[in-house]
Amino acid sequence: MATVIASPTRAAHSAVADQVFPWLLRGLAALVPVLIVGIGFELFRASALSRSTFGWHFLTSSTWDPSSEQYGAWPFIFGTLFTTVVALVIAAPLGVAVAIFLAELAPRWLRGPLGNVVDLLAAVPSVVFGLWGFLVLVPYLQNTVEPWLGDHFGRLPLFQGAPYGVGFLAAGLVLAMMVLPFVIGVSREVIRAVPVAQREAAYALAATRWDAIWDVVLPSARSGIWGGILLAMGRALGETMAVTMVIGNRPAVSTSLFAPGYTLASVVANEFSEATTPTYIAALLEIGLVLFGITLLVNILARLFIWRMTRNVGRIAT
Amino acid sequence: MSTRAALSLPGGPPRGRAHQRWRRVRNAFMLGLTGLCTLLVLVPLFLILYYVLRQGLPGLHWSFLLNPPKPVGETGGGMGNALVGTLELLGLAIVVGIPLGIGAGVYVAEFRNETFAHVVRFAADVLNGIPTIVTGMFIYGLVVVPQHHFSGWAGGLALAIILVPVVLRTTDEVLRTIPVSYREAALALGASRWNVTWRVVLRAAQPGLVSACLLGVSRIAGETAPLLFTALNNSFWSFKLNQPMASLTVQIYNFAIAPYDVWHALAWTGALTLILLVLTLNILARLWSRWRSPGRAA
Repeated sequence: MATVIASPTRAAHSAVADQVFPWLLRGLAALVPVLIVGIGFELFRASALSRSTFGWHFLTSSTWDPSSEQYGAWPFIFGTLFTTVVALVIAAPLGVAVAIFLAELAPRWLRGPLGNVVDLLAAVPSVVFGLWGFLVLVPYLQNTVEPWLGDHFGRLPLFQGAPYGVGFLAAGLVLAMMVLPFVIGVSREVIRAVPVAQREAAYALAATRWDAIWDVVLPSARSGIWGGILLAMGRALGETMAVTMVIGNRPAVSTSLFAPGYTLASVVANEFSEATTPTYIAALLEIGLVLFGITLLVNILARLFIWRMTRNVGRIAT
Repeated sequence: MSTRAALSLPGGPPRGRAHQRWRRVRNAFMLGLTGLCTLLVLVPLFLILYYVLRQGLPGLHWSFLLNPPKPVGETGGGMGNALVGTLELLGLAIVVGIPLGIGAGVYVAEFRNETFAHVVRFAADVLNGIPTIVTGMFIYGLVVVPQHHFSGWAGGLALAIILVPVVLRTTDEVLRTIPVSYREAALALGASRWNVTWRVVLRAAQPGLVSACLLGVSRIAGETAPLLFTALNNSFWSFKLNQPMASLTVQIYNFAIAPYDVWHALAWTGALTLILLVLTLNILARLWSRWRSPGRAA
C-alpha cells in the first residue's frame, strides 16, 4: 500500500487519471439507461410497418392469421394478463406467508438453510420448469386435477371445457412457482426491516405474536411487500420459456382455466424465427414493444414502492 | 394502523375469557399456517429436482457430454456441442458484460452523491426486469439483421446485456460494505481518488466481486429466450462465433417439445447437466467470498 503515496511525477499521472477516471466510469454507467432507451427505440422503429398498417386496432383485434396477413394482439395481451393474475393469486399470499415464517418464526438454525432453498428455486432455469411442466405437470393436470375440478366446480366459468392439460391453469401454476422467490425475497427483507421496537411495543400491550405481525409489522411493511408483488408481476408478464411449453400456444380468448392460450412472450418465442413476411415480423416486433412497455411500467412502479418503503426504514438489498 | 390495532389489541372495553382463548387459538393457527405454506412451497422444488434426477441421471454418460445429437431413429447422441456452445456464449458474455457491469457498479457506489448515480441504479433495476426475450429481439435488430445470419456473437451479446445490470447491482452492494475509513485513510495518505478506488476499494472488495460475477454468470447460464433468434441452434460442433451456435438451454427446449421419447430422455439429461452447471456456479460464488474474506461475512 506504500505505493499509494505519490512521487511528483506520479502525482501528475494521478491528476490526469483523476480527471479521466470519473468520466470513464460515467460513460460506462450511461450505457445502462441508453440500453433501455435503445431497446424501446429499436422495437418502435422496427415495428413501423405493423403500426402503420393496423394502427391502434392492433391492440384490440383478436384475429391472428399469418396466412391472410391479419394481425391483432388481443389474445396475447389477454393471455399474458390472465396467466399473470392466476400466478399472483397463488404466489402473493403464499409468498408473504413464507416470508413471515422465514423472518419472524423460523428458529435461527433453520433460517439460513431455508433461505438457501428458496434461492435454489430462483436458480432453476426457466426451461427446466418448462420441461417438468410439459412432461410431468401437464399430464397430471389433464388426467387428474382438471377432470376433478370439472366434476365438482364445472358450473363456474373458470372450470369449463375439455381438460387439455396445457392451458392457462398449467401456465399459471408454473409461473406461480417461478415468481414465488421474488415475493418471498423482497417481503422477507422488508419485514426484517421493521424495527424490533414496534413489535416489542405491541407485545407490551399484550398482543400475541400473530397480532403483532398482522396489526403492526405487516402494515409497516405494506409498501415494500406490494413492491415485491409488483416485481413478481413483472417477471410473470415477461416469463417466456416455461409458459411457451405449457400454455398450448393457441391464440384464443377464453375465461376457462382449462383452455389453451398464448402470451405476448410465448408468441414471439414460438413464431419469430419462422416469420417470413415483413408484416409478420413487424407484427411480432410490435408485440415485443407492447411487452416492453407493460413490463417497463410495472418495474418502475415496483421500484418506486420498494424505494418508498426503504427510504424510511433504511437500505434494503433486493 | 392504529384503528386496526385497537380492534384486536386489548385496551378497549374489557372482553371475556372466551375472547382471550380465541386470540390464542388464532395465534397458533395462523403461525402454523405460515409454516405449512413454507412446506407447500418446497414441494414443487423437490418434485422438479426429483424428476430431473430420476429421468436425467441414467443418460448422463461421457458419450452424452462428448457427442452432438444424432438424427431421429438413431440411438445415442448427446449434447456435447450444446455444452461447448453454452460455454462459448458465456465466455463472450463475460468478456463484454463483466467489465461494463463492474465499471458502472463502481461509478454507482463510489460517486453515490451524484444524481446521475441514482438514475443509473434505478435504470439497472428496470433493465433487470425487462423480459429477456425482448433483449433477444433488440439484438436481432442490432446484430442479426445487419449480418444477415444468426451467430454466436449475437447470442453472447444478448447474454451480456442481461449480465450487466446484475453485476452492476451486486458490485454496488459489495462496495458499500467496504468501510468508509479505508477510503479516508488512503485519501489522508495523499492518494488520488483513482488510486483509492483502484488500489484500496477494489482490492478490498475483490472476493465479493468474484462471487458477484459468478452469481451473475449462473443467472445467464440458464437463459433460453434471448438465444432463440440470436444464436439460434446448431446440430453440429460449432466453434466459430460467426455461425449459429448450439446451447444447452435451446437444445433442451427443442428436444422437450419434439414428440420423440428418445429426445425427451436427452432433454432430461440436458436439464440435469444445466442444473449442475448453474448450481456449481452458485455454490462456488458463496464459498469464494467465505474463503477469501476471513472475518467479514458477505
